[in-house]
Amino acid sequence: MKSMMTLFLAGVAFAGLMTTANAQEKPTIEILSSWTSGGEAAALNVIRTEFEKRGGVWKDSSIAGFGAADAAFQNRVVGGDPPGAKQGVIGLAAAEFVSQGLFNPIDDIAVAGKWTDVLPKSILDFISYDGQTYLVPTGAHGMSWVFYSKEAFAKAGIADEPKTWDEFFAALDKLKAAGLVPLAWGGQPWQQSKVFNMILLSQVGVGGFLKIYVDKDKSEASVEGVRKTLEILGKLRGYVDDGAAGRNWNDATAMLITAKAGVQFMGDWVKGEFIAAGKEIGKDYGCMIVPQSPGMIYITDAFYLPKTGNAETDKAQKLLAEVVMDPVVQVEFSLKKGSVPARSDVDKSKLDACAQKGVELMSAGAIVPDQSIVLTPQQVGALDDFVDEHWNGGSDDMAAAAENFFSIF
Amino acid sequence: MKRKPNLSATIALLPTWLVAVVVFIGTMAWSINLSLTNSTIFPSTTYVGLAQYAKLFSSAKWLASLHNVLIFGILYVCGCLLLGFLLAAALDRKIRFESAFRTIFLYPYAMSFVVTGLIWQWMLNPTLGIQAGVRSLGWESFVLDWVVNRDMAIYALVLAGIWQGAGLVMVIALAGIRGIEAEQWKAARVDGIPIWRIYVSIILPQLGPALAAAGMLLSMGVIKTYDIVVAMTNGGPGNATEVPAKFIMDNLFGRQNLGLATAGATVLVLGVIMIVAPFRYALHMRSKARGGSR
Repeated sequence: MKSMMTLFLAGVAFAGLMTTANAQEKPTIEILSSWTSGGEAAALNVIRTEFEKRGGVWKDSSIAGFGAADAAFQNRVVGGDPPGAKQGVIGLAAAEFVSQGLFNPIDDIAVAGKWTDVLPKSILDFISYDGQTYLVPTGAHGMSWVFYSKEAFAKAGIADEPKTWDEFFAALDKLKAAGLVPLAWGGQPWQQSKVFNMILLSQVGVGGFLKIYVDKDKSEASVEGVRKTLEILGKLRGYVDDGAAGRNWNDATAMLITAKAGVQFMGDWVKGEFIAAGKEIGKDYGCMIVPQSPGMIYITDAFYLPKTGNAETDKAQKLLAEVVMDPVVQVEFSLKKGSVPARSDVDKSKLDACAQKGVELMSAGAIVPDQSIVLTPQQVGALDDFVDEHWNGGSDDMAAAAENFFSIF
Repeated sequence: MKRKPNLSATIALLPTWLVAVVVFIGTMAWSINLSLTNSTIFPSTTYVGLAQYAKLFSSAKWLASLHNVLIFGILYVCGCLLLGFLLAAALDRKIRFESAFRTIFLYPYAMSFVVTGLIWQWMLNPTLGIQAGVRSLGWESFVLDWVVNRDMAIYALVLAGIWQGAGLVMVIALAGIRGIEAEQWKAARVDGIPIWRIYVSIILPQLGPALAAAGMLLSMGVIKTYDIVVAMTNGGPGNATEVPAKFIMDNLFGRQNLGLATAGATVLVLGVIMIVAPFRYALHMRSKARGGSR
């Protein structure tokens, strides 16, 4: 039995050697990604086409679902067989891999490409650790958008985008009076946490937001900000429909597309749904930053480059880094994905109105990182629990709940 | 009566036995080991004693999940047994098209929990399902919003579970009923005993082992309840339908908290052992008392 096993293993190892030997002429890379929906796959294909044009061989291992791809990646890394590259978000989850020494640094490419000059500092800070660059940013998503249906707004007689929360609630009342669902709500914990953060940013500002999430500041001002956030969140509850619990974000977007609902809080990937439905920005739907919000919450997608112990893969990883950071690829990719290029020195004329607003805020530095960048996965989970509990009843004592918020850190 | 060890049989069973030891016992030991460490995304070797267990039992979500699985388990198993037995008794009345009905009632069991969950999620969703349908017929105040109602969501799960599982109990019970000698029926009829009384006092006691087996199968399903919850409510609204298996999966992958997840898994295994062990022991003792050794 044992000798059979050894023989089998030897065979597998030999087969493995053979394949690497065959592939040695061209830098080959296996990409593990969760970008499988229409727009996402098209965006990934932009990188793939350029990568292959420059002589690389691309092996696609896509797994639908962010969590499923993450789990597969985690298992493969622990099992000692990581893929050549993995698409993921920048932040503490990636940092954990870096601190375990599992990723390859790509300093030479970053220096040659002058990344420090072309990337915003907030992104740069999260792709480098201990002075070494590890992650390759593909693009940034603005997370704190309010999308609205122009048709629904017209029906309800709302002329202008509401600028303050008071105006916003007045608009919701008008939508309700017009017999529409005012707020298309996706009642899943991760979506609720995003809305919570959008409101929080509008209440405490960029500095206050960073203080709470990065410095874990528990001062009076922070607690007060959370309290006001919970109040607004509680008020929003009166404007959602019965089917909100557990609703997917794209189902909520569909309510806007069919003009059954007025507004939706979500990230800019919502645009992909509108585009797929043949709707035009500015004509059929509009986007605005959350009322009274001084900035935008962002998240950045990037490629992780795990250590595979294979020199050829290392070479392919460097080629991938060059391709992804190419200014033309960055723009093309963002157009397909609905995101904003990570580089700030690219041609912005092709971007839509929403993305241009996003780029403006980014270059002005008025951006704060999403919770998944600055919190560990456990803390993100605790935040989800906190917001979910509050949204689904919770206590009416806002002050106590606000204090309670800080126990997630 | 002691059996002689059969060498070739032992050798043939060895691989299975090895797999059982290495895969089941081995991974179980590894999990328990991890639950005593502070592992997050990767296994760590820093032992923290029972800290993960303390954290586990101070988590409102975990406690809610235990509470939910208890409610779900009791109602689901009892409901399936009751409905399954009633269906079996009804089919036993020599009705027409018996095999057609048998197929219809067993059909849901052929469906996976994910499919069952999705079907019931749509039916019970207030904006898509039965509520919307009835309202569109004119009954405007009709309310059936179980999956989105915090107090009723767990019963929505029970309903879907029973719909799926009752057929299995029916088939097992029906087989049991058919195995009962016709003489007993004749004797009971001669004595003029009403039919319902025959089922309750004569048939039911004899179905004990069959129903116990069915109950055991269902109980095992309860512990690992995961897919139906994910498909139907994803644990919501709030913690209303959170279950231990989902809590463990969430912490294992989504929240990258290996230590807490394995602690939860260990508690779950202990729970299973606590339920199964007395049952197995009772069976063992009974078969011993009958003189056969198994």
